[in-house]
Amino acid sequence: MRFFLAAFAFLLLTAEIPLAERRSGYEFMGRETRAMQDDDTTNPALLWVLDGEALFKTNCSGCHADMKGVAARYPKAGVSLDQQINACRTGRQKAAPFAYESRELLGLTAYIGRQSRGMPIEMEWNEANRPFLERGRAAFNRRQGQLNLACAQCHDDNWGKQLSGSVIPQAHPTGYPIYRLEWQGMGSLQRRFRNCLIGVRAEPYAYGAPEYVELEMFLMWRARGMKLETPAVRP
Amino acid sequence: MISRRDFLLFSSCVLASSQAAAQLPPNIAALRQAALEEAIRKVVGDAQVRPGKVKLDLPPLIDNGNTVPLSVTVDSPMTEADHVKAIHIFTEKNPQPFVISAHLGPRSGRARISTRARIADTGKVIAIAQLSDGSYWSDTVSVVVTLSACLEDGLI
Amino acid sequence: MARVVVNVPASAKRGEVIEIRTLAGHVMETGFRRTERGVLIPRDIITRFVCTYNGVEIFSAELHPAMAANPLISFTTVATESGALEFRWTGDNGYAVTESAKISVA
Repeated sequence: MRFFLAAFAFLLLTAEIPLAERRSGYEFMGRETRAMQDDDTTNPALLWVLDGEALFKTNCSGCHADMKGVAARYPKAGVSLDQQINACRTGRQKAAPFAYESRELLGLTAYIGRQSRGMPIEMEWNEANRPFLERGRAAFNRRQGQLNLACAQCHDDNWGKQLSGSVIPQAHPTGYPIYRLEWQGMGSLQRRFRNCLIGVRAEPYAYGAPEYVELEMFLMWRARGMKLETPAVRP
Repeated sequence: MISRRDFLLFSSCVLASSQAAAQLPPNIAALRQAALEEAIRKVVGDAQVRPGKVKLDLPPLIDNGNTVPLSVTVDSPMTEADHVKAIHIFTEKNPQPFVISAHLGPRSGRARISTRARIADTGKVIAIAQLSDGSYWSDTVSVVVTLSACLEDGLI
Repeated sequence: MARVVVNVPASAKRGEVIEIRTLAGHVMETGFRRTERGVLIPRDIITRFVCTYNGVEIFSAELHPAMAANPLISFTTVATESGALEFRWTGDNGYAVTESAKISVA
């Protein structure tokens, strides 16, 4: 029994991408799409970053000086950055929370994320994070949906190969919220998860579900040390 | 997931409007080709469009047809006597062929514009430059458009 | 929140060719898409963009549904004199947005 468990654990580890071989989704895009992300003056996400900056100055700068490094350390203990912003809104400011995928929330997370651009993602497998990371990892490796596919099957085992004309990336959330060309707009990691769930013909969880935060935490742990690119452009 | 009520509503609407433009005509390729030629003729008139002087820069393999960065550069001194008056961009397979018509002049300094287009399907993109001497020059690029793998609209 | 972003160098040498980049936040609804129930979503796009330099038009463009959402338009102009560049976007449903930028030319 112990041997079986050890072998199973070893198999899980070998399926993971070795740390040195991890590549951001940026590297799987065409030259022109990368240029869209690199040029701050023409990155369409700039429209949201500016909105976020205006909102931050009005609503948040009373308590917060700047948010450098913050986005690289979220989610924390089961709370995502979206949720933390709304916790401040409802708890401290006694204001209505921003809806998920609203212009305000995307603007703020883009602006806050932008301030951590270039910084390494930090996610520790510690006691506070462990329960969420374990559930996130289980979700990542679990087959689901009518197509009965696990995230790991595409993003660990078959990254770099093509699915329906698109190259399969490794699924590191290095640039969220992103300007996705498919959406022709800005969106959060939750929105992207929902696209994947629909892609495997699974019923997506509701916005704000803990499953999304757990998976986000696991993916951030999987991407630990990689540089944040927020706000990224992705196909 | 679509509810039963919504599904019944949807199917009755489809039946009611089945003769409407919801269905694409079977000779769509020919129609779009004709629309493209007419659009170019509307801009150019009877003048001959010659390949050359124009460089249309866009990726041959497109990440996503919704947003395709492209630029057009025309070899021209951009002086009062010899300059580019306009740059027109067309696509072959979109529902309508025009993308953008840009008006330049001697004050432009260089004949170069950059923008982002929507390209619906694999096909040609055409840039036509109108020069101050009344001549028309063009460049054509063939592109391949791929579909995204994971979408939001599950039923498509 | 109607937003446009323009990028103009703050200063330039007389006669220098400068690059101007403009970005407009706009959905650019093509008028060809349909809802799940087959209802046509009406067209809603920016149709025209004009740039003037101290009141003189130096660039303009007609935009069509095949322009991507949040359209980027980049073009060049000769830095002739100090002053103001004015940008105007107009489109369907009474859309009209203006922005301006100053340039100092030595």
